[in-house]
Amino acid sequence: MTPDKRADYWRANLRYLTVLLIVWFIVSYGFGILLVEPLNAIHLGGYPLGFWFAQQGSIYVFVALIFVYAALMNRLDKEFDVGEE
Amino acid sequence: MTPLELWTYSIVGLTFAIYIGIAIWARAGSTSEFYVAGGGVHPVANGMATAADWMSAASFISMAGMLAFGGYGGSVFLMGWTGGYVLLALLLAPYLRKFGKFTVPEFIGDRYYANSARVVAVICLILASVTYVIGQMTGIGVAFGRFLGISYEMGILAGMGIVAVYAILGGMKGITYTQIAQYVVLIFAYTIPAIFISLNLTGNPIPQLGLGSTYIGDDSGVSLLAKLDQVVSDLGFKEYTTQVMGSTLNMFVYTLSLMIGTAGLPHVIIRFFTVPKVADARYSAGWALVFIAILYTTAPAVGAMARLNLMDTIQIGPVGEETGNLVYDERPDWFKRWETTGLLKFEDKNGDGRIQYYDDKNAEFAAKAESFGWKGNEMVTVNNDIMVLANPEIAQLPNWVIALVVAGGLAAALSTAAGLLLAISSAISHDLLKGVFMPQITEKNELMAGRLSMIGAIILAGYLGMNPPGFAAGTVAIAFGLAASSIFPALMLGIFAKRMNKQGAIAGMVAGITVTLLYVFQHKGILFIPGTDFLLPDMGMGANWFFGITPEAFGAIGAVANFLVAALVAALTAPPPEHIQHLVEDVRIPRGAGAATGH
Repeated sequence: MTPDKRADYWRANLRYLTVLLIVWFIVSYGFGILLVEPLNAIHLGGYPLGFWFAQQGSIYVFVALIFVYAALMNRLDKEFDVGEE
Repeated sequence: MTPLELWTYSIVGLTFAIYIGIAIWARAGSTSEFYVAGGGVHPVANGMATAADWMSAASFISMAGMLAFGGYGGSVFLMGWTGGYVLLALLLAPYLRKFGKFTVPEFIGDRYYANSARVVAVICLILASVTYVIGQMTGIGVAFGRFLGISYEMGILAGMGIVAVYAILGGMKGITYTQIAQYVVLIFAYTIPAIFISLNLTGNPIPQLGLGSTYIGDDSGVSLLAKLDQVVSDLGFKEYTTQVMGSTLNMFVYTLSLMIGTAGLPHVIIRFFTVPKVADARYSAGWALVFIAILYTTAPAVGAMARLNLMDTIQIGPVGEETGNLVYDERPDWFKRWETTGLLKFEDKNGDGRIQYYDDKNAEFAAKAESFGWKGNEMVTVNNDIMVLANPEIAQLPNWVIALVVAGGLAAALSTAAGLLLAISSAISHDLLKGVFMPQITEKNELMAGRLSMIGAIILAGYLGMNPPGFAAGTVAIAFGLAASSIFPALMLGIFAKRMNKQGAIAGMVAGITVTLLYVFQHKGILFIPGTDFLLPDMGMGANWFFGITPEAFGAIGAVANFLVAALVAALTAPPPEHIQHLVEDVRIPRGAGAATGH
């Protein structure tokens, strides 16, 4: 594998990481902590929305983020032909 | 023997028989099987084992109680202990799996081309893991003592015995398969009572939905959370859904510390060395979090509902009317049973024979309480830990459910203890013995050394469980603080910063631990020795002097110090040698990952 292709593969990985970690930050630190008060004005069933993000929603999003990353990387491994046999 | 004891002995006995059966079936014959279960564990199976490895006595027994009394503030534990898996899956697990060795210090030693770095990592690992294992041992002792009618010490001995059988015989292989069985036990034990209680209070059998449903205990038609907010604030307590822990900044930093601490705990990281491929390591972290999330999204419902049940048991009528409070002599049986443990304590301060449970530190409400003839909160002790253990009794569930909860608590403590003990013993036999002192040791002798260090680690853990040092309460702070401020940054920089050299990494680790420990020691005493705490109020260092951040939350600040010092030192010293830069490029690419080896 050429150094250029290696660098491209790593840059694509870093792009995925950046986007997914921004989402990770927003649902927990953003919605669950910093913006919890304004969000609590909105209700999701019996849940105030900010409280829901802090005790339920952020965890569901975390699970989704890991599977999305695994799927994206599988595709990237194929594209660059660096996956395992 | 009471029917409850009979049920408890039967269910706990059955689960122990299963664990021993697995131990005999999954004996380890090589170092690869002993350290990484031979590297052939299916990603979903590893996810389940990781979930049991991770969810400790604290998750199973204490967390719902911390939520019950901390309300919204308890969210730091929920987000902190799950969000760390995102960091683990995205930033560490796949690369460390590609590196393909047995232990975490081994990566640090190789990547930073220095045995000194490896030894620093071993010290951090042992400190973090030993403090953590004490909590598991005390959890085992309490569960046995309360429910099986045997002494605390005998309980710990029984726990040590059972872990010894499968950890010494099977190493990681035995531990992996028992952890899978333990996960199944603990998740049933946790969710079954939650389903019953959710059904009782809201008519919805799914606790995650029940917590957001309408309360059916009266005909007010309000949601369960609104009802709970009402009930607690009527007695002067802070409103459940908005009660913060310290300040918003403290919650932010606390959550961050728990997240990076979680990602840096070696006993969790080594579980990802057991899967066959890099792609498996990525998916396996996702499965681990699925299995963890089943418990972690149930816990808020358990906490809130247990709190509501507790309040309703004591405050049976309108606040302020004499008949509104439960007569002490009419207290339920579970109340009496928990009083004998000292975890629940009543003191009739105004001598009216009734129980008043309210927040007497809330000045406004305390004044009102005085006009009712109340003379202070009479529930002088309500321990966090009883919420999960007493929950089935409070909700009047059948005896077999209570027995199942006991087996679940034991499964959670045993599975985590085993994972920690393996991390400790492999650091001794593989990193110190083979890596530093006796590189020529044969595989057979190393396997023997692994088993011997496992025996030593179990005896040490048992001893510390029976004689818990004064800092047992600060355990969480120190284990997560150390992992967050030393191991996580060293691993992450090792993968993402090709230019990071050994001087930078070692200086960073030392700086991170120092900053964290100094702050913790300032509040809790040097080496946790009582009376040696040294806050300096004259210099502006009162309690939580650093922007109101509590010592438990300080790991993230230590991590920042680590990153800054490492970057600065690395910039001023020579870059790492060529072959190390190649090694970093190599771990970034999945192809070529063989099974983990010790060479």
